[in-house]
Amino acid sequence: MPSPKRIGMIDFGLFSPKDIRKVSVCKVIWPDTYDDDGFPYSKGLMDPSLGVIDPGLRCKTCGQKSGDCPGHFGHIDLAKPVIHVGFTRLIRKLLRVTCRACGRLLLEPQEIEKFSALEEDPFSAEVVSEKDIKKERSCPHCNEQQLKVNFEKPTTFMEVYVDDGRKVEHKLTPADIRARLERIPSDDLRILGIDASVARPEWTILTVLPVPPVTMRPSIILENGQRSEDDLTHKLVDIIRINQRFKENQDAGAPQLIIEDLWELLQYHVTTYMDNEVAGCPPARHRSGRPLKTISQRLKGKDGRFRGSLSGKRVNFSARTVISPDPNLSVSEVGVPLAIANEMSVPVRVTSHNIEEVRSIVMVGPERPTLRDPCGANYVIRPDKRRIRLHGGSGPLDNRETVAQMIEVGWTIDRQLRDGDIVLFNRQPSLHRMSIMSHRIKIMGDKTFRLNPAVCPPYNADFDGDEMNMHVPQTEEARAEAYLLASVQENILSPRFGGPIIGGIHDHISGIFLLTHMPKWHTKAEVLYLLKHTNIEYLPKPGKIEDGIAYWTNKQVFSLILPKGLNMVYRATSCKNCNECKRELCERDAYIRIEDGELITGTIDKKSVGAFDGAIMNRIIRQHGLERARQYIDDMTQLSIRSIMLIGFSFGIDDEDLSRTEYAQIRDLLDEAEVDVEKRISIYTNGQLEPMPGRTAEETLEMQIMQVLGKARDRTGDIAGRHLGLGNSAVVMAVSGARGSMLNLTQMAGCIGQQSVRGERIVRGYEGRTLPHFKKYDQGAGAHGFIRNSYKSGINPTEFFFHAIGGREGLVDTAVRTSQSGYLQRRLINALQDLKVAYDGTVRTTGGRILQFNYGEDGTDPTKSAFGDPVDVKGIIESVLKEEV
Amino acid sequence: MGTRLNVLMHDMVPKHQIMENEEVSKLLSDYNITIEQLPKIYHDDPIVKAVEALPGTVLRITRKSHTAGEAESYRLVVRRPKK
Repeated sequence: MPSPKRIGMIDFGLFSPKDIRKVSVCKVIWPDTYDDDGFPYSKGLMDPSLGVIDPGLRCKTCGQKSGDCPGHFGHIDLAKPVIHVGFTRLIRKLLRVTCRACGRLLLEPQEIEKFSALEEDPFSAEVVSEKDIKKERSCPHCNEQQLKVNFEKPTTFMEVYVDDGRKVEHKLTPADIRARLERIPSDDLRILGIDASVARPEWTILTVLPVPPVTMRPSIILENGQRSEDDLTHKLVDIIRINQRFKENQDAGAPQLIIEDLWELLQYHVTTYMDNEVAGCPPARHRSGRPLKTISQRLKGKDGRFRGSLSGKRVNFSARTVISPDPNLSVSEVGVPLAIANEMSVPVRVTSHNIEEVRSIVMVGPERPTLRDPCGANYVIRPDKRRIRLHGGSGPLDNRETVAQMIEVGWTIDRQLRDGDIVLFNRQPSLHRMSIMSHRIKIMGDKTFRLNPAVCPPYNADFDGDEMNMHVPQTEEARAEAYLLASVQENILSPRFGGPIIGGIHDHISGIFLLTHMPKWHTKAEVLYLLKHTNIEYLPKPGKIEDGIAYWTNKQVFSLILPKGLNMVYRATSCKNCNECKRELCERDAYIRIEDGELITGTIDKKSVGAFDGAIMNRIIRQHGLERARQYIDDMTQLSIRSIMLIGFSFGIDDEDLSRTEYAQIRDLLDEAEVDVEKRISIYTNGQLEPMPGRTAEETLEMQIMQVLGKARDRTGDIAGRHLGLGNSAVVMAVSGARGSMLNLTQMAGCIGQQSVRGERIVRGYEGRTLPHFKKYDQGAGAHGFIRNSYKSGINPTEFFFHAIGGREGLVDTAVRTSQSGYLQRRLINALQDLKVAYDGTVRTTGGRILQFNYGEDGTDPTKSAFGDPVDVKGIIESVLKEEV
Repeated sequence: MGTRLNVLMHDMVPKHQIMENEEVSKLLSDYNITIEQLPKIYHDDPIVKAVEALPGTVLRITRKSHTAGEAESYRLVVRRPKK
């Protein structure tokens, strides 16, 4: 290996005309590529000395084959100098700070002295800027009267002088500008921040244009045999064509007007060749009307050279497919289709200890017939790095037996994946570290990756067609790192808020709620069914024996998956925060008391087991460690799925039905509300409405109407909620926190309510009204987007229209938010990506500069903290006292 | 002309103290850094002007912290470079 070298310094400079000619191997003068026979024109843009792109040919300059030859630059001698668009701002600055006659900096000698002195100071990066030049009218060195220099995008410079009291603009040609820049002494450039030994300012005006090698702009041959040239080649053709015409006209002594026109045309072509998106310059287009992709466009943006080609990484040993749920897997497992497992491999070194096992793997070959068969191998690698592909079947290619006999210690085989291998699993966008976690694989049939729904929250995955990626670590170190740092159990706690991010979702919460809500009794058969897939070793003593039949309580069943020694007292999601808590006697069973791993009272719901909450899990992690927590998740999800299956859970359209009395109540209530709205409107039109402080009468009216209608909607929800008890599945989901809210239920059964745009009633549409169905200037509820129907009862056409308006706003908001937060995230990551916490607790950059003297000012790792606090004092007291604190 | 705003009196401005040379060298050796690796503050920052610190001095900033109650930080005063 070559020894590492340290870079001493880097100079950034300009390519001088001399340098350009020095690297050039060919002066290009022919504005065409290939002749009719398909041979490149000599001195044309595809001159063979510029490099080779056709396979088999050798480069005329370096003699290497296509692929080895890097290509060689040529050059074009421009008839007249042109400005390089990339430097217009520098040129403008230099023209404004230097004398138009002698080229000296427009500063008094002592001022120059001052700036030169500052330059010696290593702490200061000060250079002379345009602002430092006082609007002096004459040069302190040669007393020349200075003129104002105007700049017009993209490349025009003009001097302004006063003639007979009128301002006259005089255009500077690139040649004039170049002459002025040439006059600036190198010493004066130093305090402008320019090192003249590598970047003379006149080099920003091109007199000779480098022609990039053909390897940089290869032509492609279309299916019909036609050649299609690269955009850069097209642009260069334009430049040469104009340049040649310019030269001819010049030699023929054409009138000044024609010369100027050609000069401007040449400037345009060179400008768009550099950058085809300059402001104030129409982009050069392809024949088809598509703007050309020139040099600047190749580098810029997401798919440009930097972000797209250089920072972008591609990998081997990766797989991608659709994901689907499998609640029978552990959260730390991932189901991998056999087809993928057969294709991907792990290298295994042959040693004297495993040679027999390796032989048997090789004997299986590349085709593993069924899921249960032992894994095979795809390649055998000899010590000289030669690969032998294994072939199976019974054809003539079958080499399994011969290769198995050849194998010796020191060889390597590419073994196929098998159950228990560690892989990294990822879902984009990878916004936090839990987006890539390591799982152990389980080979399965069919074509999708399978994962436990409980790991969906960290990946933010669902199963509506999401795809995920899998990567197979290839070395022992990589596997160890993946397991120890990135495994699912290591990532149960989120560094975002110091609580568990993995936990029950949807049916897990509904299921565990149905199981544990209110005391219930289960027979042995039921208990065993519920706990079928959990890791329990024995059943506790039955809670009661009636008529010789043993019964266990539902709380006992849940307690079986809790570790011993767990003490917790808290309130569930279903707690209504009553003014006076009845504690254990709560009629909603929302007061949870766990003593020594035994659920005494309370209903387990989102607060206890849900992802992002998971109070029980949090405590288990602190007391019993991550491995026990992982087991608890597996047991909990299994138990909850079994209980929801035992009890049964479904929801249909008739679950939203109310009885006739409720419908009458809702109707009366909404009528009342609309009458109330009309009353307020009439108070307003009579001018008797007292405006609220800081608001106009109209605003006050609007607020009152919104308030009245909002309250009415909520009250229909109360009426519906009173009728639909916990026997209703939607209520169960809303109360337990599994999915949906009472508002959703209100809208389904009671009243959809006010639709809004930007938080206000809908006012857009025709003059004085939203739709032609209403009277002009009708302020009423229905005319401005109040929907009094429910989703069940169905909505009428005007209501439907308002609903679509409100819905559209929601969609637009989401679309805007995602793009904005994505960019915000990108900027944050770019700013923070190389920071690390050093061993002394300081946060440092790669250069060792300190950003924080103690990480987070308290040196606490959020994943090891209790929701942000370094020590979970409350939790410790609670678990000792077994009482709420 | 109203009374000039004194940033030192403002509730949101944390305490800034100029550190002695010995303190600075102890700080640098404690963290094993050169003075350039400290966070910076510009010489024309209102608080720097108020405590009359010159470029090259180090300020000790004691501020209230959400996480630690009170946290200390240090900043090197540097001249603001022109645009």
